[in-house]
Amino acid sequence: MNQPVIDNSYLPPPASGCNRSSCGVSTDQAAVLPDDLRRKVEDHPCYSEAAHHHFARMHAAVAPACNIQCNYCNRKYDCANESRPGVVSELLTPEQAVKKTLAVAAAIPQMSVLGVAGPGDPLANPARTFATFRGLAEKAPDIKLCVSTNGLALPEHIDELARHNIEHVTITINCVDPDVGAKIYPWIFWKNRRIRGRAAAEILIAQQQKGLEMLVARGILVKVNSVLIPGVNDQHLKEVSRIVKVKGAFLHNVMPLIAEPEHGTFYGLTGQRSPSAEELKALQDACEGDMAMMRHCRQCRADAVGLLGEDRGAEFTMDKVEAMKIDHEAALARRLAFRAKVSAEREAKRALAHAPSSVPIQVIKLHKPVPAVEGRPVLMAVASKGSGVINEHFGHAREFLIYEASHAGARLIGHRKTDLYCAGSDTCGDGESVLERTIRALEGCETVLCSRIGIEPWSKLEAAGIQPNGEHGMARIEDAVMAVWRGMLERGQLATPAAERRRA
Amino acid sequence: MAFRIIENCVNCWACEPLCPSGAIQAAKPHFLIDANQCTECLGDHAEPQCASICPIEGAIVDRLNNPLNPPGSLTGIRPMHRDTKESPHAQSQCHL
Repeated sequence: MNQPVIDNSYLPPPASGCNRSSCGVSTDQAAVLPDDLRRKVEDHPCYSEAAHHHFARMHAAVAPACNIQCNYCNRKYDCANESRPGVVSELLTPEQAVKKTLAVAAAIPQMSVLGVAGPGDPLANPARTFATFRGLAEKAPDIKLCVSTNGLALPEHIDELARHNIEHVTITINCVDPDVGAKIYPWIFWKNRRIRGRAAAEILIAQQQKGLEMLVARGILVKVNSVLIPGVNDQHLKEVSRIVKVKGAFLHNVMPLIAEPEHGTFYGLTGQRSPSAEELKALQDACEGDMAMMRHCRQCRADAVGLLGEDRGAEFTMDKVEAMKIDHEAALARRLAFRAKVSAEREAKRALAHAPSSVPIQVIKLHKPVPAVEGRPVLMAVASKGSGVINEHFGHAREFLIYEASHAGARLIGHRKTDLYCAGSDTCGDGESVLERTIRALEGCETVLCSRIGIEPWSKLEAAGIQPNGEHGMARIEDAVMAVWRGMLERGQLATPAAERRRA
Repeated sequence: MAFRIIENCVNCWACEPLCPSGAIQAAKPHFLIDANQCTECLGDHAEPQCASICPIEGAIVDRLNNPLNPPGSLTGIRPMHRDTKESPHAQSQCHL
């Protein structure tokens, strides 16, 4: 069976006078998927931009072993201050993972997905990974299960994945050319031997592609993750995007390399730089012609808990979980009620979007050429705790959603963290204040929207050329972004290119 | 004849299921090899299995205390790069 992939033919024809975000239709990738696919991803925060406002996930750190080495990874994991993939504070047994998942699902009704993503590779720990899935499927069958893998052991575990009713698998594919791979992977463990260099990359790539094809043939959704490594695979990722789309992956998530010397990775210690926000966006834009991109990915820890962008892991350490008294049936009922509510809201939005307009369509003959659309696109930063509204105080925001507002509507293009992946600034910071770091993280944005903001950050943001805006607290993000953009348009602020504005 | 796991082991479990003799045990503060059971994989595998998957340089040593994976052999990070900046608690992005 061939899995349908995202294709422009699924896009509704552009409706005149209505852009997709301002009339209430999500700009989510999921909205352009065929119905059966959409149903599979619409409650999954990692796969659906709309879902990530409403639904929570957790990662169970049951898989410590890995069968390959990546140059962006240091196997000495375990840090409470680090907020990056692969990092965990507490390794769990499958029994503990099931218990913790049930505790989280009882406390957070938005909880819809359990993923196993490390800190090593789930399929290099098949017994622990599948024992976790078995235990949870028995006790909370409503929770979706997914795994993220480097793909090396994927083909041999396809049957087992299908048996556990896993609907989604993420494969990290950084290259399809072994010469590129040799610069990313120093070794793999394969058939009882450590294999190095190009030969290792060749085997890994072959296994990843075979695994991708086998999953698609089984009807299991495949997302592909790629780490953008400037000078190593940046241009090559366009080819990766093209190939994985042809083979049936439904999403491609290009993430920036994280490489700081203090992380102790090969790239961190050898001066390999991370991409800038502009480079990441340029590559995502270049790949987007090929397939839907995930602009809302947060590069979570392997033991993250909660809505995307928040991590409530500290509330659910094993000692706290052991002490909790939980009514599992009541918890299940709360989750189902929550999902029914979100689903009803969505249906109402869809119905509204597809309802015939009450204003009769008038045909107007144009005798003059249509004037060019006024107003340049503007980047805006938004502080939000979730639910798709502006509900976070500027000073409390640990990340900002970045929207591009233009005549075509508001489009989420990414998110920027303010803590640069590390909250332990006292011990490992370089003396830069949190506010200075935040302002640097917002470079390129002309406005920042938040529920409230203090006087000091207000004036510093203004001095940096970023206009603070606290007028849209609790408003829908896309509505507020477009209201601000239209205001700028009316005041004539959008006539000059952004570059000139900055020089002025 | 036996190998030993020493203190820089990070308890990642990779070696434990591979040992053909069942000589590796999870233990605190780090995994251990039972010297009476370890055969160095002779007769079972061409290469010692624990040392072939271990990601940590220097964590497994032979009878003469020589590391089976010397510094720089796995990560490509030469000893000159290992300065005090490296945090003992860090692992970078894998594949979430």
